[in-house]
Amino acid sequence: MEEFQLMKGNEAVAEAAIRAGVDGYFGYPITPQSEVMEYLMAAKPHERTGMVVLQAESEVAAINMLYGGAGAGKKVMTSSSSPGISLMQEGLSYIAGAELPCLVVNVVRGGPGLGTIQPSQCDYNQATKGGGHGDYHLIVLAPASVQEMADFVTVCFDLAFKYRNPTLILSDGAIGQMMEKVKFAEQKPRLTKAPKWATTGKTPDRERNIHTSLDLDPSRHEKFNEKLIRKYKEIEEKEVRYEKILCDDAEYLFVAYGTSSRICQKSIQLAREGGIKVGLFRPITLWPYPKKEIRAMTNQIKGILTVEMSAGQMIEDVLLSVEGKVKVAHYGRTGGMIPTPEEIVEALKQKISGG
Amino acid sequence: MAETSSSNDIVREENLVYAKTKVLTDNVMHYCPGCGHGTTHRLVAEVIEELGIQSDTIGVAPVGCSVLMYNYMDIDMQEAAHGRAPALATAIKRLLPEKYVFTYQGDGDLAAIGTSETIHACNRGENFTIIFINNGIYGMTGGQMAPTTLPNMKTSTSPYGRDVKMMGNPLKMTELVATLPGTCFVTRQSVHSPANVRKARKAIKKAFEYQNLKQGISFVEIVSNCSSGWKMTPLQSNEWMVENMFPFYPLGDIKIPEVQVEQKEGDVLHNSLNQIDKDSKQVKY
Amino acid sequence: MAKVKGAIVVDFEKCKGCEICVVSCPADVIEMTKEVNAKGYHFAYAAKPDDCTGCANCAIVCPDGVITVYKIKIVVEKIA
Repeated sequence: MEEFQLMKGNEAVAEAAIRAGVDGYFGYPITPQSEVMEYLMAAKPHERTGMVVLQAESEVAAINMLYGGAGAGKKVMTSSSSPGISLMQEGLSYIAGAELPCLVVNVVRGGPGLGTIQPSQCDYNQATKGGGHGDYHLIVLAPASVQEMADFVTVCFDLAFKYRNPTLILSDGAIGQMMEKVKFAEQKPRLTKAPKWATTGKTPDRERNIHTSLDLDPSRHEKFNEKLIRKYKEIEEKEVRYEKILCDDAEYLFVAYGTSSRICQKSIQLAREGGIKVGLFRPITLWPYPKKEIRAMTNQIKGILTVEMSAGQMIEDVLLSVEGKVKVAHYGRTGGMIPTPEEIVEALKQKISGG
Repeated sequence: MAETSSSNDIVREENLVYAKTKVLTDNVMHYCPGCGHGTTHRLVAEVIEELGIQSDTIGVAPVGCSVLMYNYMDIDMQEAAHGRAPALATAIKRLLPEKYVFTYQGDGDLAAIGTSETIHACNRGENFTIIFINNGIYGMTGGQMAPTTLPNMKTSTSPYGRDVKMMGNPLKMTELVATLPGTCFVTRQSVHSPANVRKARKAIKKAFEYQNLKQGISFVEIVSNCSSGWKMTPLQSNEWMVENMFPFYPLGDIKIPEVQVEQKEGDVLHNSLNQIDKDSKQVKY
Repeated sequence: MAKVKGAIVVDFEKCKGCEICVVSCPADVIEMTKEVNAKGYHFAYAAKPDDCTGCANCAIVCPDGVITVYKIKIVVEKIA
C-alpha cells in the first residue's frame, strides 16, 4: 500500500497521468500550471511507461497534437491556464466535432486578457457552454482538492473514451499551487490495443478510418449534430456528479465548486455558530450540471447563495435549475482575489437569509 | 466509345502497363480540370502502394482545396484545423513511431496560418513527410492572395498585382525549412509534364523512405497551377507556371540526407555527405 | 524485329477535359471529342490509336487518373 505524499495539485495531475497510463502529454508553459510539464519532464515517464511528453511551440499546436494523438487512439492530455485555454478553443471544437477523447486541464487564473496569475473561476462559461464554435460540450469536472486533481485524471479518461468526447478538469490557481496529501492509484498499463476507430493504418480487413469535423451536406451534417445532441443528453442523464455537505437540515444553501466550495465549508461553520442553518451543494461535474439535484433541494431550502471567484457565471445554471422557486444570489471576488469565509457569511445574510 | 476496334486485342489484363492505383478510391475528385492536386494525390497513393505501406500510413489533410483528400485516399486520415496538420502529425508519429505519417498542405495552410506549426515541426526534426502544394493563390476561397503569390501577380485581394511594398514579399518556405537542422530532405518538384511527374513521384517515394532514417522531416514542395484562380485554361496555367513560377521557385533538390555510412575498417561511423541518390542535384541557396 | 503497340482506355465520364494528356502525348494520339460527357466536358479519346506506343505519358499526367494504358510487343516478320 502506497503512503500519502505531499504534493502540489499541478504535480499530482502529472503523477496521476503517468499512473493512469496516459500515452502523450503535449503542453506549453503558463503560470500557474507550469509544474505539470516540469514534473513530467523530471519524472522521465518515457522510461517508466513509454509516455511521450512534448513541449509544443504554442497552446494552439499542443491542442492539435492532442487531436492527432487522440485520432490515433491514444490517451492524450494537455494542461494550461486561462489565456492558453482560450487559444485551444478552436482545437477543442475540432476534437469535439471529430468525436475524439482527450483530457485538458485548465488551472484557471484571473482574466480577461492576460489578466493576472492569481486563482480565479472566471472561465466557467467558456468551459461549460462549449467554448469554441459550434454546438458541443466538454465533460467538465471541478476538483476541490489535490487528491481530486489526481483522481479526476482517470475519471476523465474513462468518460472521454466511453463517450468519445473531450474532457476538461476545471481547476484554479489555488488548487494547482497548494500542497496537500495525496494517495495515488497503482500504475496502470498504457493502452496496447487501439480502438477500432483509431487511425493506425488501414488494414485489408476494415474500411479506412477518417477523423474529420467537416460535412458539406447540410442534411447529413444536421444528422451528425443530432447524434451529438443525443450523446450529450445521455451524458446529462448518466454522468452527473456532486457532493452535499450538511444539507440534511439546511434552510439555506451555498452552491460552489472548487476552491470556493472549500471556503464555503468554513463559512457553513461560522454561519451555523450564528444560528443560520446553511449547507453546501458542490457540483463536481460542471457539465453535465446537477440541475435536477439542485432543483430537488428547493423543496427544503429558502434561498441559495452561489459563491464563485467570478462576476457570477455559474449562477445562471443555478437559476435555470431552480426555475424561480427560491431566491438565488451571487457572491464573488474577481481579478485573482479569494473571498474569505466571513465575507461569504456576510453576503449570505445580506442577500439571502437576513439577520 | 473512346476505344477503337483494333485496340481490343491490346486492352487485356496481361497487357496492362498503367492503371489508377487501388490506394485511390473511385470517388471523382472535386478539383477543377487540370489541377495538380489530383496528380499529386495519385502520386502519393502510388508511392504508398509501391512501398506496400497502406496499412502503416496515416495522412493528415489540411484546410484548403485539398480538405477532402480523405475522400480520395484509401488510407487512414485525419482532417486538421487550418494550418495545424504538422501538429497532428507530430503527435501521431511520436505515438506511432513505426508508422508512416504525412501531411498534405497548401500554401495558405502551410505558409500562412500554419507557419509556426510547419517551422517548429521541421525544427524539432519530426520524422514525417510534408507534401506542400504551392500554387501561389487561395483556390478554395476564390482566388485570394497567398503568402507565395508572386510579386505583381493579380489575385482577388491584390487585383492590381501584388505590390510587395504594401503587401509584403512572397515567402519561400521550402528554402527556409531547408536551413533548419531538423529537415533531412527538402525538394521542389512539379507535376505538369510526364517527365516532371516521374521526378516528383521519385521525390515523394524518397520522402516516405527517408522517414526510416529518423533524421527529420522530408519536405516535398510541388509547384502547381490553379487555372480557376489564375483565370486561365489548364494548359495556359501550366505554361504560365513554367514561365513565371519556376524562375521564382526553381525546381530541384535543396537538401538531401546525410547518411551514416559504415567504414570498411574499424567501427567508426561517420557522417558522410554521400548522396543516397547520385541523380540528385543539390541546388545551392 | 519487334514493334511496340499501345492502347488507352479513357474513363470518359470522369474526364474533365483539361487537355494535359493531349500535349503530353509524344505521338499525338489523343484529341478531345466534339461531344461532351454528363458533366459537360469534352473528353479525351485516342484519335489515332494506331500510333499509340503505350508510353503512359498521358496516364501519368492525368490529374484525375482516368486513363488506363495497355501495351504489347508485336513481332514483325522480315520479308525476304
